[in-house]
Amino acid sequence: MSEAGASAVDPIHQFHIKVIQPLDLFGVDASFTNSALFMALGALAVIVVMLIGTSGRKIIPTRLQTSAELAYEFAADMVRQTCGEAGMRFFPLVFTLFMFVLACNLIGLWPYTYEVMAQIIITAGMAFSIIFLSIGYGIYKHGLHFFGLFKPSGVGPIMSIFIVPIEILSFISRPVSLSVRLFANMLAGHIMLAVFGGFCVMLLGAGGYAFLAPLPLLGITLLTAFELLVSVLQAYVFAVLTCVYLNDALHPGH
Amino acid sequence: MATQGAEGLAAGTEVPAGPAHEDVFPPFDSTYFAPQLIWLALIFGVLYLLMAKIALPRVAGILAIRKQTISDDLQAATKAQEDAAAAAAAHEKTLAKAKAKAQALGQQAHAAAAAAADASRGKLEAELGAKLAEAEKKIGETKTAAMANVDAIAVEVAHAILQHVTGASADPKAVVAAVAAAKA
Repeated sequence: MSEAGASAVDPIHQFHIKVIQPLDLFGVDASFTNSALFMALGALAVIVVMLIGTSGRKIIPTRLQTSAELAYEFAADMVRQTCGEAGMRFFPLVFTLFMFVLACNLIGLWPYTYEVMAQIIITAGMAFSIIFLSIGYGIYKHGLHFFGLFKPSGVGPIMSIFIVPIEILSFISRPVSLSVRLFANMLAGHIMLAVFGGFCVMLLGAGGYAFLAPLPLLGITLLTAFELLVSVLQAYVFAVLTCVYLNDALHPGH
Repeated sequence: MATQGAEGLAAGTEVPAGPAHEDVFPPFDSTYFAPQLIWLALIFGVLYLLMAKIALPRVAGILAIRKQTISDDLQAATKAQEDAAAAAAAHEKTLAKAKAKAQALGQQAHAAAAAAADASRGKLEAELGAKLAEAEKKIGETKTAAMANVDAIAVEVAHAILQHVTGASADPKAVVAAVAAAKA
């Protein structure tokens, strides 16, 4: 299996990490990879919209400033509705998460780019950070009362024997589900796109069946539209769930 | 080609197969966990700081200023509308006042003119009445005078007739008495 031939039809090939600049940080590998490059590009896209777009501070906004304002108000409404006014202290975090995931997902949809959110370590890194922040803030703010989260009010002592372990289990599974949801959605979508692309290549090389090659191409077109929806939706879901989990730290009473 | 694709898939799904990261499913390749986490923390941290310290307060400021501007403008518009309504009311009032004044003036002038006309007419009537009375008086005088003359003529005529009929001169005193009796 030649490297070039494999890359044409191998749907996994797109997820390979390529080291661009090897770096070593106190004995830890800190190489600048294609993953880091596209994270930086995603962050750069957010910076262009949010910083350059708003630099005019116009009363009647430009298109870019309108985008920045829409993003701001969308995220602010989301935080306010989920966490209330007290949750606005986490607004910068939720906003940055939402925009970062959204930008990375949208950039990843372009051919020859890299989908950062299809790396489990990235989504897990974000998800576990959120959960640790939620636990830390909850204990800081409410002390041991924060653990009342695991015992819903109105549950008797006997029922608690069953309910509390379930609640603890569901709490522990939060970072896993949060990270796997985003990771799996992006991974599956990009594998699908690559598989359909591989079909095109294979059909073109299949002699008499070459005339069928446009069919998977049409499929890619439809899938790309669908993936666009998934990209935006998963960024939104990730941000909303972040709000929900942070809300538990803000208001631990059930 | 097709078999190659299948092999590629198979190779990809054999996740726990070998520790050599060439065969590991790329997203689960722990070789690159550390560098990715380091760059994620670095890039996300910088992005978070830029958003939290610069971008979001700036957008919040823009939105607040816009809200303030809109409410200010609306207030100014409401005030201008109220002013316009007040001005219209004042205008109406002035107009009504002027109208009433003009009407009063007209009535006054009318009344004055009527009074003047009445006065001059009364004066004229009085004058005419006086002239009429004078004329009537004159007529009466003339009449009495004429009547006195008529007595004298009647006496003369009666005297002449008597003289002519009787051929004798009648007593003038008796004739006067007779004429007076006849007249009565």
